[in-house]
Amino acid sequence: MPTPPVIVTRGLTRVFRRTEGDLRAVDDVDLEVTPGEFLGLLGLNGAGKSTAVKLLTGVLVPTAGSARVCGLEPAAQRRRLARRIGVVFGQRSALWWDLPLADSFTLVHRLYRTTPAHHRARLDELVDLLDLGPQLRQPVRSLSLGQRMRGELVAAMLHDPEVLFLDEPTIGLDVVSRARLRDVLRDLNARRATTIVLTTHDLPDVEALCRRVVVLDHGRLAHDGTLEGLHRLGRSTRILSVDLTEARPALTFPGLPGVHVVEVTDRVQRISLPLEQPAAPVIAAVVAQAGLRDLALQDPTLEGVMHALHGAGSTPAGSTPDRD
Amino acid sequence: MDGLRADVADYRTLAAAWGRAAMSYRASFVMLSLGGLVITALDFVAIAVLLSRATTLGGFGLREIALLYGASGLGIAVADLAVGQVERLGRHIRSGRLDTMLVRPTSLLVQVCTEEFSPRRISRVVQAAVVFGWGCGAVAWTPERVLLAGQMLVSATLLFGALFVGLACLQFWTTDGQQVANAFTYGGNTVTQYPLVIFPREVVLALTFAVPLAFVSWYPSLRLLDRPDPLGLPAALAWCSPVAVVLAVLATVLVWRAGVRRYTSTGS
Repeated sequence: MPTPPVIVTRGLTRVFRRTEGDLRAVDDVDLEVTPGEFLGLLGLNGAGKSTAVKLLTGVLVPTAGSARVCGLEPAAQRRRLARRIGVVFGQRSALWWDLPLADSFTLVHRLYRTTPAHHRARLDELVDLLDLGPQLRQPVRSLSLGQRMRGELVAAMLHDPEVLFLDEPTIGLDVVSRARLRDVLRDLNARRATTIVLTTHDLPDVEALCRRVVVLDHGRLAHDGTLEGLHRLGRSTRILSVDLTEARPALTFPGLPGVHVVEVTDRVQRISLPLEQPAAPVIAAVVAQAGLRDLALQDPTLEGVMHALHGAGSTPAGSTPDRD
Repeated sequence: MDGLRADVADYRTLAAAWGRAAMSYRASFVMLSLGGLVITALDFVAIAVLLSRATTLGGFGLREIALLYGASGLGIAVADLAVGQVERLGRHIRSGRLDTMLVRPTSLLVQVCTEEFSPRRISRVVQAAVVFGWGCGAVAWTPERVLLAGQMLVSATLLFGALFVGLACLQFWTTDGQQVANAFTYGGNTVTQYPLVIFPREVVLALTFAVPLAFVSWYPSLRLLDRPDPLGLPAALAWCSPVAVVLAVLATVLVWRAGVRRYTSTGS
């Protein structure tokens, strides 16, 4: 028997009435998430990701359609649902600014009414996993952004939520903190089988973490499937940059369908490869035509994919892209 | 009732945490508390100076006015200490802090009222208590009057508390609701510090039936001081404060719920 989904939405819609005209921030979204999934919720700024998270956590009431999370109706059963989910809003702290980090965790323990034994065990585990031991006595306001974000994550996980909603948790983090946060999230998802919904427009986050990718575009579901599927949809390519020993006109690749030069800058040529095309034959073809000094292979970026999706033209009239 | 008990426990948990945070800046805490005490003390001194020239105000002597002033002052000071933080609601809406509160299993009202709770507001409670204690000397005490005085203080606190919360809800609709709210709460306090007889009859009636602040100190104090109502209203009004409290609290609950509903349906 298949596991029942932990999140179900049917025709979920949220309209904001504004003087400039109604904005359909989330528009007729059907979604099912099974327990243990790591779902990437992608979209450009204003695509409706944050609104979707607010609808699923009960902060906002849907205009139409329905949502069920952990079998509960989020807005109507908000406080009951709160015990079973964890939420991290990347740009808003849920911690208590002037209190030491440890006090924030104690408050979470008291407010969620977890047992002392459970709390201690969980706190030790999470603090160890997120490496926050030295920061426990520091007031939250004195933490670095990366430390604070790890603190937010601990606070959101202390009560063992079934679903963890992370709204842009990596925003503003440096490369090291970001990589570290990703490791932790992967570990949490694998170890605890916690369902994680991650919204981001940092595309490497999704590439590193999410098996399933849902793309919102102007509130509408533009893609629901694997990352590879999204790449196919966006006609993603890899780019092979070759630095030749001398400037040459664009190289040609007669035996390799789809392979072509997209840009020539002095000695450097950028060659586009279809995703399924191995790089070795292409490199061989380059060497056969010219002297090769150096090369670099670049995987497709999701920005490019999103751009291609957008180019396909799915912009409904009357919406503005700046809302999130 | 279980829900209420949990809310009270959460309130204590959060208020205690914020109280500790405020105490961690001990020097600042002491300065602010002392400053508050001096300023509020001067407030009553001003009335005393006024009465040193006129000796009575609307037929009330200084000690009797101290009773009115103390009752109203205690009510608003305790209410301010307990729920005054609710006036920052608009800020929490703008900063998005309210969203983080909404995803906790804790009462939103409890969270808003305890956010940045500071015990330094206790200085006003102390000042009002001292003035009230002195004003009590104007009363010929009987068991009935002791009961009435107790009821007056509890009612005053609850009425001001309801007013703080109810008016803060304006901020669900308009970002600048706080000024209007202050006019009613602090303004109401100023008015009820004086014998209402010095105000026009219409003001007294409005404070009885519209915004029931007359029940904060005026009607119970008339009875405590054994005076007839200057407007000829029934003496039984002295015992009607709980009715005013129940109505005010009910109205506040409705407005609060409407406000939260408005927020979750606009997300603004």
